[in-house]
Amino acid sequence: MNLLSGPPTVVAAGVDVFSTALRAQGAEVHEVDWRPPGFGDPADLATLALDRRRAAANRAAVERVMAAGSQLVDVRPAREVLGLADRTLLHAGPPIGWDDASGPLRGALIGACLFEGWADTVEDAEGLLASGGVALDPCHHHRTVGPMAGVTSPSMWVYCLEDPVTGGQAFCNLNEGLGKVLRMGAYGDEVLTRLRWMRDVLGPVLQAAVRSTAEPLDVKAVLAQMLQMGDEGHNRNRAGSLMTLRELSPAIVEVDAPSSDIAAVLRFIGGNEHFFLNLGMPTAKLALDAARDVPGSTMVTVMSRNGTEFGIQTAGTGDRWFTGPANTPVGLFLGDYGPDDANPDIGDSAIMETYGVGGFTMAAAPAIVRFVGGTVPDALATTERMYQLTLAENPAMQVPILGFRGSPTGIDVLAVARTGWLPQINTGMAGRVAGTGQVGAGLVQPPQECFEQALAALAQEARAAA
Amino acid sequence: MPVRHVSLRSGVYADSVRLMQVSRDVGAREGVTAVLVAMGTPLNLELAAGMGLAPADGASPDQLLVAVEAVDDDTLATAVAAVDAALAARERAAGPAQAVPLRTVGAGLDALDGDGPALAVVSVPGQYAVAEAADAVAAGRSVLVFSDGVPVEAEVALKRAAHDAGVLVMGPDCGTAIVSGLALGFANVVRRGPVGLVAASGTGAQQVSCLLDTAGVGVSHVLGVGGRDLSGAVGGLATLDALAALAADDGTERIVVVSKPPAPAVAAAVSEAARGLPVPVRSAVLSPETPDLTAAVEGVLGDLGVAVPAWPSRPGDGTAAAPGAVLKGLYSGGTLADEAMLLAAPVLGDIRSNTPLRPELDSALDPSAPDLSARGHVVVDFGDDALTVGRAHPMIDPTLRLEAISDLAARREPAVLLLDVVLGYGADPNPAASLAAALRAAGLPTVVALIGTEADPQCWSRQADALAAAGAHVFASNAQATRHALRLLGAVQ
Repeated sequence: MNLLSGPPTVVAAGVDVFSTALRAQGAEVHEVDWRPPGFGDPADLATLALDRRRAAANRAAVERVMAAGSQLVDVRPAREVLGLADRTLLHAGPPIGWDDASGPLRGALIGACLFEGWADTVEDAEGLLASGGVALDPCHHHRTVGPMAGVTSPSMWVYCLEDPVTGGQAFCNLNEGLGKVLRMGAYGDEVLTRLRWMRDVLGPVLQAAVRSTAEPLDVKAVLAQMLQMGDEGHNRNRAGSLMTLRELSPAIVEVDAPSSDIAAVLRFIGGNEHFFLNLGMPTAKLALDAARDVPGSTMVTVMSRNGTEFGIQTAGTGDRWFTGPANTPVGLFLGDYGPDDANPDIGDSAIMETYGVGGFTMAAAPAIVRFVGGTVPDALATTERMYQLTLAENPAMQVPILGFRGSPTGIDVLAVARTGWLPQINTGMAGRVAGTGQVGAGLVQPPQECFEQALAALAQEARAAA
Repeated sequence: MPVRHVSLRSGVYADSVRLMQVSRDVGAREGVTAVLVAMGTPLNLELAAGMGLAPADGASPDQLLVAVEAVDDDTLATAVAAVDAALAARERAAGPAQAVPLRTVGAGLDALDGDGPALAVVSVPGQYAVAEAADAVAAGRSVLVFSDGVPVEAEVALKRAAHDAGVLVMGPDCGTAIVSGLALGFANVVRRGPVGLVAASGTGAQQVSCLLDTAGVGVSHVLGVGGRDLSGAVGGLATLDALAALAADDGTERIVVVSKPPAPAVAAAVSEAARGLPVPVRSAVLSPETPDLTAAVEGVLGDLGVAVPAWPSRPGDGTAAAPGAVLKGLYSGGTLADEAMLLAAPVLGDIRSNTPLRPELDSALDPSAPDLSARGHVVVDFGDDALTVGRAHPMIDPTLRLEAISDLAARREPAVLLLDVVLGYGADPNPAASLAAALRAAGLPTVVALIGTEADPQCWSRQADALAAAGAHVFASNAQATRHALRLLGAVQ
């Protein structure tokens, strides 16, 4: 036994009864700054801590996350790929109906009805949606993710990503850019005009370009590189967007389309700093879907918000959602918008943090922390904290300033409870009123309730399995 | 009438986050009604137009737009100057990353450099101790769980996992251990030597290790296993692992198992395991048949061929107690209290206690406050869990026991007091000081079992002298102390 091979270094948790005596004997003592758990029934915490399946299950789950790859294999209309029935719209976050939908989600749903031609006026669209004339379903139920409102309609084109390891698939719509955009709840003429152009020009051009490349774009590799270039992959995608443009542009230029369309496509991609986000998100989704259904695992597989509620899922509890009221982000505002204009947290994009980047790799993108008046040391501390919430360090996603340490990956519900620290999420902010669009960007955390429910459910499952 | 400033600057670039900060800070100034400091992208120009601050001839994305609206010209001028100042200001240099506190044993072990021997010590409230101890086991590290109140099923699960991981769970409710000379918890400064102890009893291990030290024999390690380890429910899981670990340890030549009576099946399993080990194992079990730790130590010394010394004492004069006097034992160590009862009961008859030898002798003490009002022979264990809720252990905080001494003196029931005083790390730095004063005030004949060594921070002989000066009869052996008390009671010669 290693214990008896010499005077041990001591790691002490709890009341400082004996540390002084240990130090007086010349021992090396590290006292952890232990606190009572942030939440959770002590019996549930003990049950999970002692669940014999847990260590191996969590290792299996997080290894699947880290092993998953991501290739861009196609770009197709959602109708074809997802088999979306007519009058069906996907949205971000856990399930929600029109009555509970927040402004930006309503705005995006209205815009999608107008875009699809299911309604001619805003009023008609509202009536249609309010009467239940359009089926609503979470993106996550269709191997799909969507930023902000996440509204995906049959005529919108989606990226088709594939994990070469498992053969898994994930999908995400195309990013519209910033400002007055559907995903932020805007539905004016400029929004619809852009969506039609994306349907008629951008989608087909990207499809032709992607299909013509011999080697599919390795999206995971782009994500890994951008972390070394000042991006964190959620709220800052500049380097990733430019690398994607670099990779795709030769094929785009060769697409058989009017040169004005080619130019417009290149200009659109080059002018959109978040173009990559809609590729990063399904990359994370592929990895986390690979870790679904691992009995005994306490790892989070989904964090997602619909503008009203925040929902999570775990590897040990399948498709079950654990929800709580979404918080409103804190951050900086565009123009003269202010905190009162911001809607509560919305979007599937927290899949990036679930994957271990975004807010979790804040240290890679210190610019982001200034959204809340923070400093570079704050950014480093945020990532350092996240290491204590997670199961592993992903060697593919390195943070240069931390000595190329792998990103903190695989949120452990038990660790969240024990530390009392909630995951850090970087996010955009949509206007509270439907039709407004983006009002800012900032930082947010999930409501604790989600994790409380997940912990109780995991403990119940562990007891049932014992 | 609001006034406006709209200008474009070329060759200036700042990150949009920085510009949003500048806009927010300048916008917060008194009299400033709108600010947009942003690169001239289409989105930002649209925002500017919405605010009535669009540049007349448009702008290009590489130009910096400074647009300010204020209530008057002076305010406007100072606001624009503030924009310039903010753009020029350098963010304060990044200091070193602030230390992020480590919240769990798992995080603490994770942060250790190297893979040298390491041990986790957990003393968080019992209901939370399981997760911390499980962290250590999962990290392949042994753990001492000082906490009590850990459910027995959790103890079993932890110890099974530890066995599979090749590590040891000492405890829960383990107060004493010495690992490679490092004293953990309540432990004495004893020399290092060939005897390894496995202890289901903390004060028992202290008595044994101190007497061995007095005889010039050192210990290799003292591995506590927790008071429940040898119960039927736990089945000696940690004892068996500790035996195996000591047997494999180069510095251990023989092993002593110190415990209260184990469950019979567990005793058999431990004996069976002990027979299979390459080093001799002797048990120092307190039971009616084998009542005496001092005798067990003397047996070990015999095995080693070491002469049994005269155990240190300050016996004082032989004044007998008043006729009809009874024994009042006030202990801080549960095993020492047991030992006293096991030795005294055959002579005195039934002894009431909060930790009785037989259930029907339960003194029915109010578990929250020891009531010594029962007449006759009584032994109280002040270290029992029920009496330490919300207060420090009596080895650290003597208050309850001192109160009990003064209560007994006031009752005028003829009595002999029998006390233990345990020295060493973790214990009261000068227990004789308060106790001597209380004994002088009480004026009752008193025998003290003083468990410790000369090298202890409190120093055995200094404490013994102070107590003897207060009239106490002091013994390094609890068994000898008990027998002396019986002599004072006139119960033995």
